[in-house]
Amino acid sequence: MDKILAIMLMAIVTYFIRLGPFMLFGKGNNTPKWVVYVGRVLPPAVMGMLIVYSLKSVELFKVNSSFPVAVAIGLTAILHFWKRNNLLSILSGTITYMLMIQMG
Amino acid sequence: MKLIKGDKPIKKIFKIAVAFTIPVLLGYLSVGIAFGLLVVKSGLSIWLALLMSVFLYAGAMQFVAIQILTNPINMIQVALITLFVNIRHLFYGLSFIERFKPFGWMKHYMIFAMTDETYSLMCGISEKQEVDSEKLLFTISALNHFYWIFGTLLGGLIGNLLTFDSTGIEFAMTALFVVIFIEQWIAEKKHLPAIIGVLSALVALNVFGPNQMVLPTMVIMLTLLLSLRKKIDGGVKNG
Repeated sequence: MDKILAIMLMAIVTYFIRLGPFMLFGKGNNTPKWVVYVGRVLPPAVMGMLIVYSLKSVELFKVNSSFPVAVAIGLTAILHFWKRNNLLSILSGTITYMLMIQMG
Repeated sequence: MKLIKGDKPIKKIFKIAVAFTIPVLLGYLSVGIAFGLLVVKSGLSIWLALLMSVFLYAGAMQFVAIQILTNPINMIQVALITLFVNIRHLFYGLSFIERFKPFGWMKHYMIFAMTDETYSLMCGISEKQEVDSEKLLFTISALNHFYWIFGTLLGGLIGNLLTFDSTGIEFAMTALFVVIFIEQWIAEKKHLPAIIGVLSALVALNVFGPNQMVLPTMVIMLTLLLSLRKKIDGGVKNG
């Protein structure tokens, strides 16, 4: 029972975190200008953060940890600038990464 | 409800949503399987795993939750840990205050379901889609949630039997972020926010370490974005 309560507590806290901005600024029609500004510039910044965050356990100075990441990101990025096809870029990068990690 | 039979737009929206979410499918299915398997291996019931994936729906937090649930539980600590692990989500909604208004009560599902990955996909969808963009956003959210629950179920039930070596498949998430990062890089005239995001995270990672990096990153990032507002928002083109 304690376990179920703890899960519900975690769920409620998580939901309220995600609800925060809507509670603060969602009422009425005029969202403060600085909020509109932050909302607009945040996505590229957060995407940059998430790239680093998702790679936080990569050890930069160990070649067999950082090299596959560098190659896979490079391939994903080059393919994407070239073809602009999400699926192609993501699948190629991921498969390349998996092969390198599993063989290395 | 006007779910007319043979309603082609809905089918079309579904197809577009599936195509958009395939990267998340790869990531959520594999991480979900790992999660379900780990829950069962920790001696917890598969029902708890499902309960978490349905109602908590937060990847990293659910792995932390396994630790919490297998130790004596202190509710105040549980609330605080949740707050720190998920605090980054506090800011995601800022980009969707206007866009979620037409959703009515369904807005609450959209807000609940806003994980890192769903947020990223939504940021990558322009309002210029030729289909109903509300329905598309909703379908994307629901599909991602479904992948996560399904992965959890698979992991809990048959995780032990899977022999396919999926080591490294989690890179799909990184690749997804890279792709959306590039899309936004191309779409925006000012690249400073993107650069600020990467640099803030690198600084926080080096100063605070991999497990405490998120909150400092958000603080540095927001401080820089707000203090450079004139430069970024000034309307003057600078390449």
